Amino acid sequence: MNALPPAVEMRGIVKRFPGVVANDHVDLTVQAGQIHALLGENGAGKSTLMNVLAGLYRPDAGEIRIHGQPVEIRSPRDATRLGIGMVHQHFMLVQPQTVAENIILGLSRPRFRLDMRTIEAQIRELSARYGLEVDPTAYIWQLSVGEQQRVEILKMLYRGADILILDEPTAVLTPQESEELGRTLRHMVQEGRTIIFITHKLDEVMAFSDRVTVLRRGQKVADLVTAETSKRELARQMVGREVVFYIDRSEYPVQDEVKAKARPLLVVENLSALSDKGLPALRGISFEVYPYEILGIAGVAGNGQRELAEVITGLRPATGGRILLCERDATNKPPRHAIDLGLSHIPEDRMHTGLIASMTVCDNLILKEYRRPLLSRLGFLVQRAIALFSDRLIREFEIATPSRDTQLKSLSGGNLQRALLAREIASGGNLMVAVHPTRGLDIGATEWVQRKLLEQRQKGAAILLISEDLDELLAVSDRIAVMYEGKIMGIVPAQEAHVEEIGLMMAGVIPERRGV
Amino acid sequence: MEIVFERRLEPSRLIAVLVPIISVVLALVVGGILLLAAGADPIQTYRAMFDGAFGTPYARSETMVKAIPLMLASLAVSIAFRMRFWNIGAEGQLVMGAIATAWVPLFLLHDRGIPAHTLLLLMGLAAFVAGALWGLIPASLKAFLRVNEIITTLMLNYVAILLLDYLYTGPWKDKEGYGFPGTASFKELAALPRLPEWLNAGRVHMGLIIALVAALLIWLLLLRTKWGYEIRVTGENPEAARYAGINLARNFLLVMVVSGGLAGLAGYGQVAGIAFRLQKGIAVGDGFTAIIIAWLAKLHPLGVLLVAILMAGLSTGGDQITITMGLPAAMARVVQGAILFFVLGGDIFVRYRLRVIRTTGKT
Ligand SMILES: Nc1ncnc2c1ncn2[C@@H]1O[C@H](COP(=O)(O)OP(=O)(O)OP(=O)(O)O)[C@@H](O)[C@H]1O
Ligand SMILES: [Mg+2]
Repeated sequence: MNALPPAVEMRGIVKRFPGVVANDHVDLTVQAGQIHALLGENGAGKSTLMNVLAGLYRPDAGEIRIHGQPVEIRSPRDATRLGIGMVHQHFMLVQPQTVAENIILGLSRPRFRLDMRTIEAQIRELSARYGLEVDPTAYIWQLSVGEQQRVEILKMLYRGADILILDEPTAVLTPQESEELGRTLRHMVQEGRTIIFITHKLDEVMAFSDRVTVLRRGQKVADLVTAETSKRELARQMVGREVVFYIDRSEYPVQDEVKAKARPLLVVENLSALSDKGLPALRGISFEVYPYEILGIAGVAGNGQRELAEVITGLRPATGGRILLCERDATNKPPRHAIDLGLSHIPEDRMHTGLIASMTVCDNLILKEYRRPLLSRLGFLVQRAIALFSDRLIREFEIATPSRDTQLKSLSGGNLQRALLAREIASGGNLMVAVHPTRGLDIGATEWVQRKLLEQRQKGAAILLISEDLDELLAVSDRIAVMYEGKIMGIVPAQEAHVEEIGLMMAGVIPERRGV
Repeated sequence: MEIVFERRLEPSRLIAVLVPIISVVLALVVGGILLLAAGADPIQTYRAMFDGAFGTPYARSETMVKAIPLMLASLAVSIAFRMRFWNIGAEGQLVMGAIATAWVPLFLLHDRGIPAHTLLLLMGLAAFVAGALWGLIPASLKAFLRVNEIITTLMLNYVAILLLDYLYTGPWKDKEGYGFPGTASFKELAALPRLPEWLNAGRVHMGLIIALVAALLIWLLLLRTKWGYEIRVTGENPEAARYAGINLARNFLLVMVVSGGLAGLAGYGQVAGIAFRLQKGIAVGDGFTAIIIAWLAKLHPLGVLLVAILMAGLSTGGDQITITMGLPAAMARVVQGAILFFVLGGDIFVRYRLRVIRTTGKT
């Protein structure tokens, strides 16, 4: 008997966009019943290749076979019919609708009568089978990102997908959630499904995948069997050079005397605030951030980190307590107040808050700077200065874009993040609130961002860094505060911190050693 | 076999050009069938319609006269829409502008011997301010109390229209007007000059220049000024605008000053350039047509000018066939409606397409 034909065979795929060749004769073969990782730097062409497979883009050249059959995929509907389903880098759920409604959205199957009861029961059954717990009657806006992702996966399963594509599924997940997802994926391949997943986290590639394909600048550079490779090897294939996994903070020394004399730039006193659902999200939080310091905030997502960032930046009202920015009261002031005091903000939700997808790269880069005298005069925008400014940021921060007049939404996920960072670092003063600044970045870019943060700190900035990545927090922060259910469980100096101790506090336990 | 409606992957320029052309052709075909059914020769009717809109110097001038208020009102609508302020109230703002225009020469500065050009300037100013104030009502309600502007702007239209009717049939009615409803004429005091004789532009008045300048200014405003940038950011992503510290409340007020003011100027053109008095026929729905024009022009200020002329042509040409072809006015409306229906409806095919899927073989 012959071996099964590969689930997916893409040959010589070419996809050009104005100014870039996103996929340059890429081949990809994925065996049925395997987990296949797709790896590559930001802008390497991973999402594009998968969008071709999912019917969102038409390739300029190349052929595709599914289970050995040559096919033409002209629309997402065609892809669905072939059993291909994709969870995108930016979710595509309808916020004001329920989980069940989202899952059946666009399906032609129940043609006449919608029996929500049965559909909900079917969803519950799928949930239970794959450990994708979610309430089918809940509204999307009530769900955490992790839950929303489960909805996306359920949506594909409900449609009978047997080839599942996940574009950076773990970028938005907590480490625990990522592990759960890994187990779910394993379970799915055991049932004979095939999975392609994109990630920047090499640990995950090593832990979950059977095979790896590496893309670099639109071309395939390697096809590897996971068991026969190593993180170091993968990183080298991806970037084309040796990479450092963890940066050394001592490369960015700060003199202790300077630091000792400084007064805190950000003071938060007994702060409380409500979540979107109107429930208490912050319950009496206090801390200070000094110049020349990075204060890391650790914690499982949904414990008030997002609300904290929003209250400090003026986007969400405080219901109690006080905020001082640069020793001035900034409680419940409009966002402009904090911006004028030099506070920059990397928000969690970049597509909805931090960036304007339908405007140009240049328009996005000046969002915090257009009021300054250099870029506008007498109410007019100074075109030349703006062009110079944005070209400088594009160059300095290595944003891969055909030009400054390109629509922002055509940038790759990682390059969107670079644009945001470039703007916030370039326009801010001495204060920064950074929420997951390295989410979705490749290892090279992650290292680069961490270095930028340390550079800013060395120049005297006070940085509040909110992250779920403990390794990142330990690598760059001076002190780490752990949040749990809207409270600070404790603040520890990063050098003395133990991962276990922080882990306990993240779970709401105050370690004995420190007493109450 | 199954027919599905699906999003085009990458909408092409060719499609964007072809779709409107095909839409118009289809509209003409359908309109033609209806005309045949009504016993008229479609080809001849269409020719009469075109001639009535653009065929003769007289037709062209009438079309332009009709286009002037449409241009100004559509500019008003499009700048507000650019910021996602859904100003459905251009009609009311136009009417308030018209009232203010007539009020200045007839009552405020009557018999003061003020030179005509000064008077005209003051009338224009009054019209702008009146429209702006009328626009500021819903803007303040939205900015400070978060009242939905669609409802308030819409309702204020009727308030303005009724006020206009009340004024020219009641307190402002001309005592020497032989009982006809309408104010006295101020034509002798101040009339908006027509375009120079050598242009052979008939009744086309300086309102056209105002509209062209306004379009150019708005275009510059949006692309080249700080405030225009803020409007664009707010329209494209209000969340990001808030995040960037843009003062939304202030901008809603400002944008409605401009929007209401422009609509007010549309009323100014109608009264100071055409009617020279308040009477029936000032509020003919230009403020509503403006919404369609703004959308068709994709809210682009220069596009608005072009679409307004086409729309005006559709209207004057339509009127013409009732005269030359002896068709009932309703028939002209049907043809106009068919054209609009296909052009507006066709737009969706720029982004979507119909596809036939053969589901033979495997399922
Ligand atoms: N719709 C589009 N229009 C124009 N250019 C595009 C479009 N989509 C992607 N590109 C370009 O193609 C290249 C590859 O993008 P792609 O999104 O595939 O990268 P990626 O490997 O997924 O990166 P990331 O890890 O940052 O998500 C980038 O240079 C991007 O700017
Ligand atoms: Mg991507």
